[in-house]
Amino acid sequence: MKAVCWYGAHDVRVENVPEPKILSPRDAIVKISLTAICGSDLHLYNGYIPTMEKGDILGHEFMGEVVEVGTDVRSLKKGDRVVVPFTICCGRCFYCQRQLWSLCDNSNPNANLAEKLYGFSGAGLFGYSHLYGGFAGGQAEYARVPFADVGPLKITDGLSDEQVLFLSDILPTGFMAAENCNIMPGDTVAVWGCGPVGLLAQKSAWLLGAERVIAIDDVQERLNLARQHCQAETVDFSRVGDVIETLKELTGGRGPDACIDAVGMEAHGTAIDALYDRAKQAVHLETDRPHVLRQAIQACRKGGTVSIPGVYGGWIDKVPMGAAFAKGLTLKMGQTHAPRYMRPLLERIQRAELDTGFLISHRIPIEQAPTAYKQFNDKAEGWTKVVLNPS
Amino acid sequence: MQVITHPRHATNVGKAERIASIIGGSALALAGLRKRTPGGIALAALGAAVIERGATGHCRMYEALGIDTAEKGQGAETTSLPYPVGIRLDRAITVSRQRQEVYRFWRDLQNLPRFMKHLESVQVLDERRSHWVVSAPAGRKVEWDAVIHNEIENELLAWRSLENADVDNAGSVRFSDAPGGRGTEVRVELQYNPPAGIIGAVFAKLFGEEPTQQIEEDLRRFKQIMEAGEIPTTAGQPSGRDAKDEGTSRRTNPHEDDVQYASELSFPASDSPSWRG
Repeated sequence: MKAVCWYGAHDVRVENVPEPKILSPRDAIVKISLTAICGSDLHLYNGYIPTMEKGDILGHEFMGEVVEVGTDVRSLKKGDRVVVPFTICCGRCFYCQRQLWSLCDNSNPNANLAEKLYGFSGAGLFGYSHLYGGFAGGQAEYARVPFADVGPLKITDGLSDEQVLFLSDILPTGFMAAENCNIMPGDTVAVWGCGPVGLLAQKSAWLLGAERVIAIDDVQERLNLARQHCQAETVDFSRVGDVIETLKELTGGRGPDACIDAVGMEAHGTAIDALYDRAKQAVHLETDRPHVLRQAIQACRKGGTVSIPGVYGGWIDKVPMGAAFAKGLTLKMGQTHAPRYMRPLLERIQRAELDTGFLISHRIPIEQAPTAYKQFNDKAEGWTKVVLNPS
Repeated sequence: MQVITHPRHATNVGKAERIASIIGGSALALAGLRKRTPGGIALAALGAAVIERGATGHCRMYEALGIDTAEKGQGAETTSLPYPVGIRLDRAITVSRQRQEVYRFWRDLQNLPRFMKHLESVQVLDERRSHWVVSAPAGRKVEWDAVIHNEIENELLAWRSLENADVDNAGSVRFSDAPGGRGTEVRVELQYNPPAGIIGAVFAKLFGEEPTQQIEEDLRRFKQIMEAGEIPTTAGQPSGRDAKDEGTSRRTNPHEDDVQYASELSFPASDSPSWRG
């Protein structure tokens, strides 16, 4: 089968690899009908996530048809159409039982590796490094889905693949980012990053009762999407002198009630600290560039919340902990507990409260994935979200 | 049968041994710190633990095994290993299952090879005795008979090898309720005394490098079987390594215990992580 494989920084290739087989009783095999490239795949593409191996199959946003199930899978059968969450969850551990799905105790075969880096291991993820289990991903014609009786969500009615595909990751991720803001009446939510997750966080903030939503980015077409599709006020950080002062001014001197860092470890910026991060990262003294996180902490009003859906992988410098402490901020973060949100969000899609179709800028055959990775990574004009057709 | 219920402050290590522990532990810690490698840090940590044992006069392994070398101690009849030699390990894990269920699975000793990597088989001979076979490289086997010398249903199992064992060893596992419905805390303590000669060498090779991590991995598999019903795996899944034009030979599981290798390969902007020592 065709699969998008990682071979190093800026080197992904479409290879012809064997089809997956059932390996455990709770597995299923899914014939993929639609898959996507995620912004977090770009961290892999740029080589910032440790423990990738040459030949690893990428992809964690996918859906398709169940073609085979293991002996212990009763909730799915051949022919079911499913969206697969990017988190692999056993469904029975302390964390799964408490809906903290991305922290599953039992789904990472390389848990000892994650423990060495992070103290404890989270759930296994599809196509996201050996640290997260080394599971083959879904940018392929077929994927093996472990614990298939827990995560995959059946789609039975007439919704199209494009309408539901993003339930696999970016929609729950944007939604959880907004939910983590604990939005109260009158709240202003500022969102750094107008990539797909940032845009969906903006939409979700409205659904959860925000009074105002402010979007921050420097890519014009993304700011346009934020204005047109997410009713956000926008701040172009390359034009305003000082983002924090601008936000203060926009909020009558109070600062946003909640700030969302939908950018993560590869932030771009023009301020002095962004240059410092670039220099340190270039000489391997820092793994992540937390420019946005610093701004969010600094900008947030006293007692507010900083919500972090953007991915961090290692060590960061000069985080203004004093500001976070002095202002009594709440910081919430982590991989998305995707299964917690999939059904309720599917219902919102069915009720036409949520539409994610505006994100898709490119529909291309899987063979063109290497080009798509490059264009998406370069934020080339018009490349917002790529969906891949595997067959 | 004696169960120590408040063991933390109980002295079960004799005076001479306590002094020896402090001296030996200090030497270990110093040697470990000088090496400045993960192994060295582990050695230093082991040294610290031995120092603590000397300072407090309390040895958790002795406690589990029912050993007491303190001058007025009791329980010497349960001593299973010639003191003070041998390697001792302990590790705990929480299993999100009822204590009775967890105990029952472990008490059926034939289940142990399902999660203990090197254990080939355990044959139950009678209510207390069993025959253990560990597979070793080059088709070698290490075998012994063991007896359960202490058992409290749903709480404790302690066993030791009988005479003529290839490797003298002993162990115990305790089961206790975790707070707030979190399931069962399982604490394993193992002690073994590799002999000189070829069997000792084989055994040292099997368990020598990172014995604590091996116990940890065994316990993790135990938890996975109890909770998820299976051990997660990726062995046999496709990758670009199997692509038709890719014929390179590779290590089968390069990440098994090699964070540093992986990190250097693909952590281009590494901030001298702490585990590099």
